[in-house]
Amino acid sequence: MSKKPLFGLTLQQLTTLVTEEGLPKFTAKQIADWLYKKEVTSIEQMTNLSLKTREQLSERYTVGLINPSKVSESTDGTKKYLFPTDTLKYIEAAYIPEADRATLCVSSQVGCKMGCLFCMTGKQGFQGNLTAGEIINQLRSIPEWKKVSNLVYMGMGEPFDNLENVLASLEILTSDWGMGMSPKRITVSTIGVIPAMKEFLEKSSCHLAVSLHNPFDEERRSIMPIQNVYLIKDVVDEIRKFDFSGQRRVSFEYIMFDGINDTPRHVKEMARLLNGLKCRVNLIRFHPIPDTPLLGTPDEKLFEFRDALTAKGIFTTIRASRGQDIQAACGLLSTKELVKKQREAKGEE
Amino acid sequence: MKSWNDFNYRRLPVISNIQVASGSYILTFKREFDFIAGQVIGIGVSEKIPPRLYSIASGEKEDHIEILYTEKPDGTLTPMLSLLKSGDTILVTDPFGSFTNSDQSPIWIAVGTGIAPFMSRLLSGKGEGATLIHGVRTPDFFYYQNLLKDQLGDNYIQCCSRCTVGPFYNGRVTSFLQHWDKLDLTRKYYLCGSAEMVVETRDKLIALGVPFANVNAEIYF
Repeated sequence: MSKKPLFGLTLQQLTTLVTEEGLPKFTAKQIADWLYKKEVTSIEQMTNLSLKTREQLSERYTVGLINPSKVSESTDGTKKYLFPTDTLKYIEAAYIPEADRATLCVSSQVGCKMGCLFCMTGKQGFQGNLTAGEIINQLRSIPEWKKVSNLVYMGMGEPFDNLENVLASLEILTSDWGMGMSPKRITVSTIGVIPAMKEFLEKSSCHLAVSLHNPFDEERRSIMPIQNVYLIKDVVDEIRKFDFSGQRRVSFEYIMFDGINDTPRHVKEMARLLNGLKCRVNLIRFHPIPDTPLLGTPDEKLFEFRDALTAKGIFTTIRASRGQDIQAACGLLSTKELVKKQREAKGEE
Repeated sequence: MKSWNDFNYRRLPVISNIQVASGSYILTFKREFDFIAGQVIGIGVSEKIPPRLYSIASGEKEDHIEILYTEKPDGTLTPMLSLLKSGDTILVTDPFGSFTNSDQSPIWIAVGTGIAPFMSRLLSGKGEGATLIHGVRTPDFFYYQNLLKDQLGDNYIQCCSRCTVGPFYNGRVTSFLQHWDKLDLTRKYYLCGSAEMVVETRDKLIALGVPFANVNAEIYF
């Protein structure tokens, strides 16, 4: 029987585990300390546990860190890490260093169920949820992990389709007993799964990002099937019920598609939709994926759109494109690797 | 995680729970609310297990609600659903969702239980000029086929991916579309199924020249 990973368990889960093992409860806190504050890779290294306890735990458990199987580095310093989850399955994490900070973009699922037209990850279909440990491992197992100042859940998958594990990972990241990261340095992104979004807003104080991409109902429906279940208008109405007047932030992500969502009509509707809500809009250049019918908005039009939204009183920024030479569009690298492995398994070249 | 607290819901008695194919069931219970064909409801057996969303398969004016579900042996809810019998009680949320368009002459494409929202439209009198393409693995999964043959005639197209013989197209929906001589780029295409099916079928339609704005999809979440 394979050993169970300890990395990714919350303090409560560790307490249950040590109790079941007949160990004192304070052992849970000691283990959490080794897992999340120190750099141990084996139970043997947890030297304030007795030798007997370490041997007992080692029989059935392992720390469970997983090293990336591949890394691609861009000329701009962005690194894309590929992690294996199990046979034939891969997830991606992108490390994005800047002058004053370093952001890590992590995945929450293998593949995705949401089927957005512009997304490469969706083309893999859905293959499974990541555990809390697999989510945090993307941070802990890269060489730059101590340099990471900001974490964004914007990699593969819809975080709110895996809320239980995402919330557990946030608890570990932000707790005093865990990694002690400020929730104000973490942003979780969603396409607008309302029930899970509500639960996240109630249980966590991390920032929220919503993938908006089109304010019009019918037009959004044609690029994001989730609109058939949860309307963006209802998503925004739900967000209005929460307090974003303090340090907590809500932002709306908006990929710019030429001739599709970048007209003055869209500016007007965005202003109407977000009216009175303290938020920001991040405009994102589209990184084309294979066989897409969509094109990115030219920069000149992108700047005009930003200025028009700003003139309407909406704080609007343009996200810098990073790592374009290493297939930075989320899902490209893992899909390529997945197809390669599948071909190998079938004995194809 | 969806919680019952996020929904208005009620307890309703089960009328029947009939296995219609291997691992597939039609669950019928009393209708106590209005809905629009194409909407979904959350179903459950207790507040301790989160609701799961299902498209309604029955018509807007029928006195009962039908849902079509597949038992997932490793799942939490569906093995329990499969044990339900007449007189048992289930939890049912208010209907919601807006996969409810009823254009003239739509093309509905479904795989497996994804046929439910289109059945609801048809049984609600919203299927004028509709063509239905239904993909399944084996013929026993052609749910409601007698009714569909009766109502849609030649506009009911059956695709069976694991069949080599039979009175249907032997192959997958995407293969059928590739060779379909009635593919009309101006009509609206509605897809319902798994993420893989929707993405693959949408990509195929776009590759064949259908504008993406003419493709609307609902995915099993």
